[in-house]
Amino acid sequence: MEFSFALGVGFLAGAGVFLMLRGQTFPVILGLTLLSYAVNLFLFASGRLMIDGAAILGTADAYSDPLPQALVLTAIVIGFAMTAFVIILAIRARTDLGNDQVDGRESSLTNGELLDRKYRKDVKEAKR
Amino acid sequence: MNVFWILLLPILGIMAPLLAARLGRSACAWATAVAPFAALVILMQQTNGVFAGQVDAFSMEWIPVLGLNVELHLDGLAYLFALLILGIGLLVILYARYYLSEQDSMPKFYAYLMLFMVAMLGIVLSNNLIQLWFFWELTSISSFLLISFWSHRTDARKGARMALTITGAGGLALLAALLMIGHVTGTYQLDEVLGMSDVVHASGYYPAILVLFLLGAFTKSAQFPFHFWLPHAMAAPTPVSAYLHSATMVKAGIFLMARFFPLLADTDAWFIVVSLTGMATLLVGAYTALFKHDLKGLLAYSTISHLGLITLLLGLGSQLAAIAAVFHVINHAIFKASLFMAAGIIDHESGTRDMRKLNGLFKYMPITATLAMVAAASMAGVPLLNGFLSKEMMFAETLNQYTLGALSWWIPLLATVGGALSVAYSLRFMHDVFFNGEPIGLPKTPHEPPRYMRVPVEVLVVLCLLVGIFPQFVVGDLLNAASSAVLQTRLPEFHLHIWHGFNVPLAMSAVAITVGSMLYIKRRHLFHFQGQFNEMDAKMIFEGLVQRTVRVATAIQNWLDTDSLQRAMFLLLLLALAMVSYPLLSMDSVEGSRPQIPTNWVVTFCTGLLIVSTILTVWWSHRRLRALLALSVVGLVVSIAFAYFSAPDLALTQLSVEVVTILLFLLALFFLPQHSPALDSSLRKIVRDLGIAAMFGSVVGTICYAMLTRPLHSISEFFLANSKSGGGGTNVVNVILVDFRGFDTLGEITVLGIAALGIYKLLARITLAMPTANSDGIPWSKESHPVLLALISQSLLPLALLVSAYIFLRGHNMPGGGFIAGLITAIALIQQYVAHGVEWMKQRMPINYQGLIASGLCIAILSGVGSWFFGHNFLKTWYDYFYLPGIGKFELASAMVFDLGVYLTVIGATLLILANLGKMTTSERLRGGQE
Repeated sequence: MEFSFALGVGFLAGAGVFLMLRGQTFPVILGLTLLSYAVNLFLFASGRLMIDGAAILGTADAYSDPLPQALVLTAIVIGFAMTAFVIILAIRARTDLGNDQVDGRESSLTNGELLDRKYRKDVKEAKR
Repeated sequence: MNVFWILLLPILGIMAPLLAARLGRSACAWATAVAPFAALVILMQQTNGVFAGQVDAFSMEWIPVLGLNVELHLDGLAYLFALLILGIGLLVILYARYYLSEQDSMPKFYAYLMLFMVAMLGIVLSNNLIQLWFFWELTSISSFLLISFWSHRTDARKGARMALTITGAGGLALLAALLMIGHVTGTYQLDEVLGMSDVVHASGYYPAILVLFLLGAFTKSAQFPFHFWLPHAMAAPTPVSAYLHSATMVKAGIFLMARFFPLLADTDAWFIVVSLTGMATLLVGAYTALFKHDLKGLLAYSTISHLGLITLLLGLGSQLAAIAAVFHVINHAIFKASLFMAAGIIDHESGTRDMRKLNGLFKYMPITATLAMVAAASMAGVPLLNGFLSKEMMFAETLNQYTLGALSWWIPLLATVGGALSVAYSLRFMHDVFFNGEPIGLPKTPHEPPRYMRVPVEVLVVLCLLVGIFPQFVVGDLLNAASSAVLQTRLPEFHLHIWHGFNVPLAMSAVAITVGSMLYIKRRHLFHFQGQFNEMDAKMIFEGLVQRTVRVATAIQNWLDTDSLQRAMFLLLLLALAMVSYPLLSMDSVEGSRPQIPTNWVVTFCTGLLIVSTILTVWWSHRRLRALLALSVVGLVVSIAFAYFSAPDLALTQLSVEVVTILLFLLALFFLPQHSPALDSSLRKIVRDLGIAAMFGSVVGTICYAMLTRPLHSISEFFLANSKSGGGGTNVVNVILVDFRGFDTLGEITVLGIAALGIYKLLARITLAMPTANSDGIPWSKESHPVLLALISQSLLPLALLVSAYIFLRGHNMPGGGFIAGLITAIALIQQYVAHGVEWMKQRMPINYQGLIASGLCIAILSGVGSWFFGHNFLKTWYDYFYLPGIGKFELASAMVFDLGVYLTVIGATLLILANLGKMTTSERLRGGQE
């Protein structure tokens, strides 16, 4: 069970990081959301996993660790505020800058990459 | 207690010139003088006590946990310096009244001057190392402000910057030294530290402490090779030069060495470093002073030379030498301040400070000339003046030391050379300026200054004479008290007499005066000789160094930050990866000893679902609506995970946040492109990013697994044990939120409120490009509010509100609470917005959401403050049980009030965000439809 949990956290973190490295705002926000899921689950895991543990005093012998839960609870709400802020920032950036690139430039590709792409396009057309 | 007022009055006095600014120039000066004068009177009242060896101490707790207290004390040394600071400060205030022109902002000048005075008083009165350092840095800052007072002048700005850089860097070295002293001795209280000389000497830190400490003292007191900032600081108005750069600030380093003399001196390292630095400074300063054509330049280098002399005396290590050092501090402050003021008068009344133009001023300003010549004679060490006495003591002590072993005779010889040079430049000051023919091309005809501008000079020159003629009577007791504070032991016998009989020091003085006069008479040859060398300009070197540093820093910054978020993110992640992976490499095995829970098909299925939907989120990230659908599945699985692993509060929160987030994303998609190009970056970059993402994910997963399989030592036992008895609730998570860690929660809802307000601001005056169709060209539906949705959501509203009230009320004892209830209420209201539109809602619910956030925060804070009235700590919970017929026994807790604040803030923030964004879509679209 621990392995499955860790696997899920790892996947979430990796996918979040990949999306955060994209050049457009929307995937970056998606990545941020995935990463905050991973972080919340990770923090929660610091209290270790427990099935059927009691959350309320006096309902069972074994209690789940309440401290990480309290921390994660506020983290979820703050995470929402952060996501909201970034989303609005992205909208604002798009209206002010006219594009949805994180760097505010139409293309974040370097000159070399642009040339590469143009070259490939030319080759394709030539074949046709 | 009195010592407290001596510091506090000038602090209050900083405001005086600013408040009196409108009343005119004289009133401004008088108002400024009140506080230092009162402080001086209080200081004078302490005289008898201090001379009798009493120490007036004041102590006030500030942060006792960290050992930070306000500690002041007034002993002999502090008394002497406070007297100089306040006394000369008052004279400078009077002098500046006439020195500053109409264009200069007088209140600003006086405010800076008072700030500086406070800083200096703070240094000398502090009985705590950190506090002392704080005031030390304050002198650097206030002197920066004063040097750059004429900020339109380049030399003033550059000089100020140089002074700040050098003394500021020295200040950091000093801080390091003081922290080490505190670490070694275990206390930061000065008088305790001073008694622990054995401990400090024995510790291995001593060499480092000494070097750093002396760096601080030497930079401040302009010792060679850090002396070059002082001449450039002469770009300051002359009152500043007289006050900071002769009488007080440059003496702070001397004060420090004198103060820590019992702690750090008495080792060979101290003797050699301090005495040789002092000797080098003495000679370099005196020699350079001779060739300066600028009047203030000459005085600046002479100051450097005399500071070197005092340092030399402190480095000789004998007790009598330390007494001579203290004596020379007094004498130098008196004659050099008066000389600077005289130089300022000459500059003021003749328009130049160039000694090649200034000649024969005696007949234009005979009184000022006489005063200046007496002071200059004192600087040269002419008998019957105070400078002579301390110089004589210095000569006597140089004969009495064995610092350099068999070569110790160098020191008296070099001291005599320094004395001769100082006679030469003093003669130059007197003869070149006041005699030596006629003035050459002065901008204006020189004349005597206004009556009161000369008063400070007169007072100081009279002091020169009084100390010089009746030394024992005038300063005997003061010197006694200050010296015993420096040495912290019984003083050896010493006598202040004008006449000690024919002895070697007298012969040295005679030689110095003769050779000095010869040097001046033959100065043409000397100037010719010096002219063959290129003058080394420290300013150029310093500026070059500054510019090189800036260039290197800019290059590094340009390399790191290319204005690209992607690149910055990449580097940051790489760094994080490297730092996190490193400890993992030395870990023996991933799996720990904690027994694991056997897995089952539910978990396997959910994990699979999570992974698949995560991958789909990435895969579809360019088809944005689909990505959002996949993302919501991920969020659902996370909620299920929380529920499954015994965290019902988290599951509820995650579920409700999920709804709000997805709604927000949908709204955002309306404004953002619905598609991204399938290939947004080059293949190489995608492979690179995939690589780093895979590494990152695997590292996080590994750490998570390693953590999960290791035993837990939690502090949660405390919360479980005290939740019911201390917080009155059985839902431990909620009790932690509103009671144990209530202060954290308060911070968090504040952040939430700030984020919402930031969003509000971001959305203000935004010009949105309103799409009429989606990116595939399909027009948006005209029917924005379907009837069915409107009906159902309207009938659901009371139910939803009821649920949220229930969740809120039971929160303390069952899963629920303010956060979750707030989110549920917010969702219920947002549903109305979705179904009916913003206009419809606005008519029915005219609530200002900013106000809601503010009231929520206020309620939360007030519920915390409330417990103060019952004598408890901030946010301490009160609870009790009540009985009402029909309802039964129930509990009331003050934590519920706090939770209400949380509840309102969450609603306010969520709705502020969503309703504002939603408002833009509906109103704009309506308008678009009408067109």
